[in-house]
Amino acid sequence: MSTQPLVALVGNPNAGKSALFNALTGARQKLGNYPGVTVERKIGRLPLNDGTIVDLVDLPGTYSLNPTSPDEEVTRNVIMGHQAGERMPDALVIVVDAANLENHLRFALELLALGLPTVVALNMVDLATRDGLELDAARLADDLGVPVIPTVAVRRRGLDHLRTELSHVLPLAAIPLRPGHKADDFAALRQEAHRIARRAIMSESPSRRLTGAIDRVALHPVAGMILLLTLLFVMFQGVFSWSELPVAMIEDGLAALEASVVSALPDSVGRDFLVQGVIGGVGAVIVFLPQILILFFFILMLEGTGYMTRAAFLMDGVMARVGLSGRAFIPLLSSFACAVPGIMATRTISDPKDRLTTILIAPLMTCSARLPVYTLIIAAFIPARTVAGGIGLQGLVLFLLYVAGIVGAFVAALLLRRSVTKGGGGGFLMELPKYQMPHLRDMVLGLWQRAAIFLKRAGTIIFVTTMVLWLLLSFPHPPANSDAPAIEYSAAGRIAGLIEPVLRPIGFNREISLALIPAIAAREVAVSALATAYSIDDSRSEDAAARSLTERLAGRWSLPTALAFLAWFVFAPQCISTIAVTRRETNGWRWPLFMIGYLLAAAYVAAGIVFWTARALGL
Amino acid sequence: MRLDQLPHRKPAYVDRIDWACMSPAEGQRLREFGICEGASVELLHRGGWLGGGAVACRVGRMTIAMRAGHAAAITVSMDAAPRQ
Repeated sequence: MSTQPLVALVGNPNAGKSALFNALTGARQKLGNYPGVTVERKIGRLPLNDGTIVDLVDLPGTYSLNPTSPDEEVTRNVIMGHQAGERMPDALVIVVDAANLENHLRFALELLALGLPTVVALNMVDLATRDGLELDAARLADDLGVPVIPTVAVRRRGLDHLRTELSHVLPLAAIPLRPGHKADDFAALRQEAHRIARRAIMSESPSRRLTGAIDRVALHPVAGMILLLTLLFVMFQGVFSWSELPVAMIEDGLAALEASVVSALPDSVGRDFLVQGVIGGVGAVIVFLPQILILFFFILMLEGTGYMTRAAFLMDGVMARVGLSGRAFIPLLSSFACAVPGIMATRTISDPKDRLTTILIAPLMTCSARLPVYTLIIAAFIPARTVAGGIGLQGLVLFLLYVAGIVGAFVAALLLRRSVTKGGGGGFLMELPKYQMPHLRDMVLGLWQRAAIFLKRAGTIIFVTTMVLWLLLSFPHPPANSDAPAIEYSAAGRIAGLIEPVLRPIGFNREISLALIPAIAAREVAVSALATAYSIDDSRSEDAAARSLTERLAGRWSLPTALAFLAWFVFAPQCISTIAVTRRETNGWRWPLFMIGYLLAAAYVAAGIVFWTARALGL
Repeated sequence: MRLDQLPHRKPAYVDRIDWACMSPAEGQRLREFGICEGASVELLHRGGWLGGGAVACRVGRMTIAMRAGHAAAITVSMDAAPRQ
């Protein structure tokens, strides 16, 4: 464990804590977990102006030291020195929102009563000024008895001053307690916060003109809902249309790489492995990086601007109908990126039954790992033309798949809340923060972290499963005089042959049966598995080399099979990571097993209905 | 008058809160948001689409969202002077 001093960044939610953490530590961050709980531990190195290096830990935002959810409990435990896996902080940086001083000061006073060396960052002073507030930081410092530094984290203002003051307070063992301080008397703290805030405010005009003006539209029952649906629609269209150029560039790069490998190496098993297994398999997944980044870009924007909580507000009515709260909307929307952070985000839901239901339906939200599967099938089977109003048909189908996931999740929630997760009361209490423009640096850092996680998955779990699959698909070889597809002789083909009879009634062929097995490791592996299976299969024919996976599928699958495959993936049993995080969050195997069971059944039924309906319609 | 019945954007003050209508955790969170007797409040928006839904109100300089049921537990008055 590091012997550097530990400084904890603590404050209310929406005080701009994470932006300040990013501004202070830059890319010198480490993400991890506290042992035993799934609360994310964010720690970074912060060099102070006197040369001291400290570890800065970004604690989950909370309103008081009286926790109501698991992440708030971590904040309390770290500050008190009771958290396993974390040493007692040597100093605190309390982040308060300058525009919401009175409310944030109450928690600040509660923290100051602990007597730890402290610096207060009076953050987002620019937004306070925009809001018509002029504050006297010096007076506030006098009243609090600790340094108060005005900061604008996203513009990097005040950071140097903050580092200097931090190096001054760090050598102190403790700060003198304010006279008559009662940290456990809520009403007294509130009155004291009110008094101090009044003294610090030099001038004030009615609050939140800009935020209020936007909210008149964004929270309007009709206009707001239209805005929300439009935003989601633009997001899914953007995923398709903006990614065309970068995807084409990656595809060209992979084709060039493949060609150079083919010309450089003699025809051998090793070359087949490189071309079919590594470049074909892993490349088929890497190609989706642009789309995944565009999706994360939208989600980070919705979070960073403060709009996400408005979406939760609008959706609360709908969520209440299926027995959930609007608060569940945020984890569910995050699950569009990945169910793992989505399920982890449910720890902000305090009601246990609400939380369990949200965890169980989170995998129904279309995660980014399903995008490769959807886009592949759509590109192969849905014509790239526009329908009424210039809307792309392919984007429309993708949108409908997302809608199918949402509808499935709501139906599942409704049934679960009436059966296995009955009881409990879905309340909804949430702060709607000010709107603000996310800073480019925070966005880039967020996107970089996502890209790194995706590429790491592509380089490890996807690479390994693709390799194993290639081996299973390639060996044993068919006899030289055989006309049947090579895949039928392979080990994987024989395994797939065992489950194919179960999947044949819903329109799935042997290659699909084969692709579904490794997709349990990670959904996008279904794409690389199909790519590997068909490229091995095609390598026996003359004109194989130039054909893309899209063309190969279009020639081999019927439309009902393709649609059934899409329907399967709307419900598809989740990947290993999702099962693992569910086990950890629910403390046992009971709920993850239940989740696998009900999703598998739903996927089978949905694919079957789609297949037979499409057949009946003569598609 | 109850908070959920308040006309939009008319400043009012909290008279009384029926804490028995909510769980201790919900009561604590409301207090942490600054909802208390004497606090200045203003009803800003009603969700209400597809029925049920939440209301958004201003408390001090914060905007908070709560279910109409919780807002109904908060009695407000439009003419009383603030006690804080």
